[in-house]
Amino acid sequence: MTEQTSGCRRAASLAVATAVALLALAAATLPATAGTTLDAVKARGKVICAASSGTIGFSAPDDKGYWRGLDVETCRAVAVAVFNDKEKAEFVPLSGQQRIPALQSGEIDILPRTLTWTIQRDGNGINFTTPNYYEFTGFLMPKNLGVTKVQDMKGASVCVQTGSTTEVVVNDVSREHQLGLTTVVFDSVSALRQAFFSGRCDALITDAAALASIRATQAKNPADYVIFPATPYMDALTPAVRHGDDQWMDIVTWSFQALTAAEMFGITQANIDQKLGSGDPRIRRFLGVEPGNGTAIGLDDKFAYNIVKQIGNYGEVFDRNLGSGSPLKIDRGYNRLFRDGGLMFPLAFQ
Amino acid sequence: MSRPKGEFPIMTMTTAIPAAAADGPPKRRRTPILQILFGDLLAAGLTVMTGALVLALLPALRWGVLDAVWSTADPGRCGAGGACWAFVAAKIRFILFGVYPADEQWRPLAVIGLVLAMVLVSLPPRHWGRRLLTAWGVAIGAMLALMWGGFAGLPFVSTANWGGLPVTLLLAILSLGMGFPIAVTLALGRRSKVPVPRFLSVLVIETIRGMPLVGLLFISSIMMPLLLPAGWSVDKLGRTLAALTIFAAAYLAEVIRGGLQGVPGGQMEAARALGIPVWKAVWHVVLPQAIQKVIPPLTNTAIVMVKNTSLVLIVGVFDMLSAARTAASDPVWPAPYSESYLFVGAVYFLICFAISLYARWLEGRVQDKDLR
Repeated sequence: MTEQTSGCRRAASLAVATAVALLALAAATLPATAGTTLDAVKARGKVICAASSGTIGFSAPDDKGYWRGLDVETCRAVAVAVFNDKEKAEFVPLSGQQRIPALQSGEIDILPRTLTWTIQRDGNGINFTTPNYYEFTGFLMPKNLGVTKVQDMKGASVCVQTGSTTEVVVNDVSREHQLGLTTVVFDSVSALRQAFFSGRCDALITDAAALASIRATQAKNPADYVIFPATPYMDALTPAVRHGDDQWMDIVTWSFQALTAAEMFGITQANIDQKLGSGDPRIRRFLGVEPGNGTAIGLDDKFAYNIVKQIGNYGEVFDRNLGSGSPLKIDRGYNRLFRDGGLMFPLAFQ
Repeated sequence: MSRPKGEFPIMTMTTAIPAAAADGPPKRRRTPILQILFGDLLAAGLTVMTGALVLALLPALRWGVLDAVWSTADPGRCGAGGACWAFVAAKIRFILFGVYPADEQWRPLAVIGLVLAMVLVSLPPRHWGRRLLTAWGVAIGAMLALMWGGFAGLPFVSTANWGGLPVTLLLAILSLGMGFPIAVTLALGRRSKVPVPRFLSVLVIETIRGMPLVGLLFISSIMMPLLLPAGWSVDKLGRTLAALTIFAAAYLAEVIRGGLQGVPGGQMEAARALGIPVWKAVWHVVLPQAIQKVIPPLTNTAIVMVKNTSLVLIVGVFDMLSAARTAASDPVWPAPYSESYLFVGAVYFLICFAISLYARWLEGRVQDKDLR
């Protein structure tokens, strides 16, 4: 009996040593919530944002491993606001289920990851800033099934992404019209597309603009497919932050607002230095020529200037990642500025 | 199989045998090929089925080789019906290294080289010993240091940016390497006659073995951050590694326990009778014999763990498989999923097949003579 136990003791001390080594090796402990998020971010020297593991146009690494996308640039805008350096942003790829716990636990500072603003999520420990993308949920179906509206979809199987609001939409639509839809669940958009085009399901549900681009770029013959809206309702994809840090929420909100405001004022990455001499008091305040805006939320007065100088305005960001300048060629639709018939409207920089 | 022309094979055999028997041992009979293929009904059936299978695979050959696009800078040329290997060529950097900064690419490459070198050094059993173990410790430290950087002018790269093959290799090696001592502890604990360690070991082993790895990964990556005290966060890769390590430990423990059971109790008693202290007896007498007995199932567990690392993609770790999937979702290329999966599959196959070949060779050596 004693033989075995002291054998154990020896081995146990080995295990303890291993466990300590494991912790030392793998546990990068960082005091995330000591003080304000801004202090923590400044102390760390970078902003940490959630990313997807490859939603092209929103957050995906390119061939060189450099992150690109609308959500990525939304995060970089905050990095510029805080550090005046868009490369001071780091991206943690998270799955749909992981992203909210990661924000709550302080693993990330901002969650700009195609997250729909819902009351349940809002109540559950996170705060939403302002939407950076509006979308309709739609279905993509092969034309030969003869379905052109939701009511005809009886008994169809639908490819759905887990942890996304589309999962709820499918159930709602199915219940509302008594369609008996079956869902085939996947964890990423790419898996979803692949499953749909290999015939695993009859329909694919996701954001309608994305469907259009999927149809345009991935279908063998785009004319063989039809897109129709799933609901008459619209979703707002909104970067979120943790509850309980108002200053950080302001910074994230206004970093994004700077992008849309710049487009409103006609300021681009190229012409911004000429605009510094503008006589328009709004533009002068926006660019920090007349001080006050930045210091009000704890930033440099020229934060908006820096953001546009390094990243561009919202229109430029959209075109580069989703629109005509990207392989996706997504129509701007509701993501135009309000004056062009869209839903994007910048708040007042004063 | 050289044979005089025109002679019927069976005839040659029957006449050749008595001649050979005259001097030295008789030659082994060579069964003629026709008899192997169509000797009886079963053989004939299998031959026909294999032939049909090969014929059925011809379209795959056509897709994979004849019609394939091997190299092009223009993605539009792909997707005409053949495989698009040009895609793999264009994305190989990303698949192998993931989101690791491109300028620092030599570092993960050096890590892969280091792993290969260490594995080659560890192959002959005569190298096994304390020094090799130390060398592995140093090498793993060097790999992690290389990946992390932050010294001697190497920019710091956080684990969120690690990716591709180095992550797959590091996860596999670290989970097995750290799991092994834990497994030995658990196995000894389970064999103990003292109730507390036995009960604890059984509890740990059975709980972990009763859970799917996916569940364990979810717990470690989603629940753990919420359970830790505020302000503490364990790195995502670290959490994933912890889950894999515990998982590997539970399975290895059962394998090692099998080996321990196979060592006759007389070994321990003899060692004790010679005045060898208990832990030395366990370490030098019982464990070596136990582990020798279970090399095949240990290999099996190692191969399974290498492949299990690919499950980490569900928690957003950029291992080789997730990198390949992300690469394939690039809209510029016409959805080359099959090509990406085949490429990644081939890399996994190379790793696992090499392990299993090595294990077979090792097993043969163990049977031939004692290792120590």
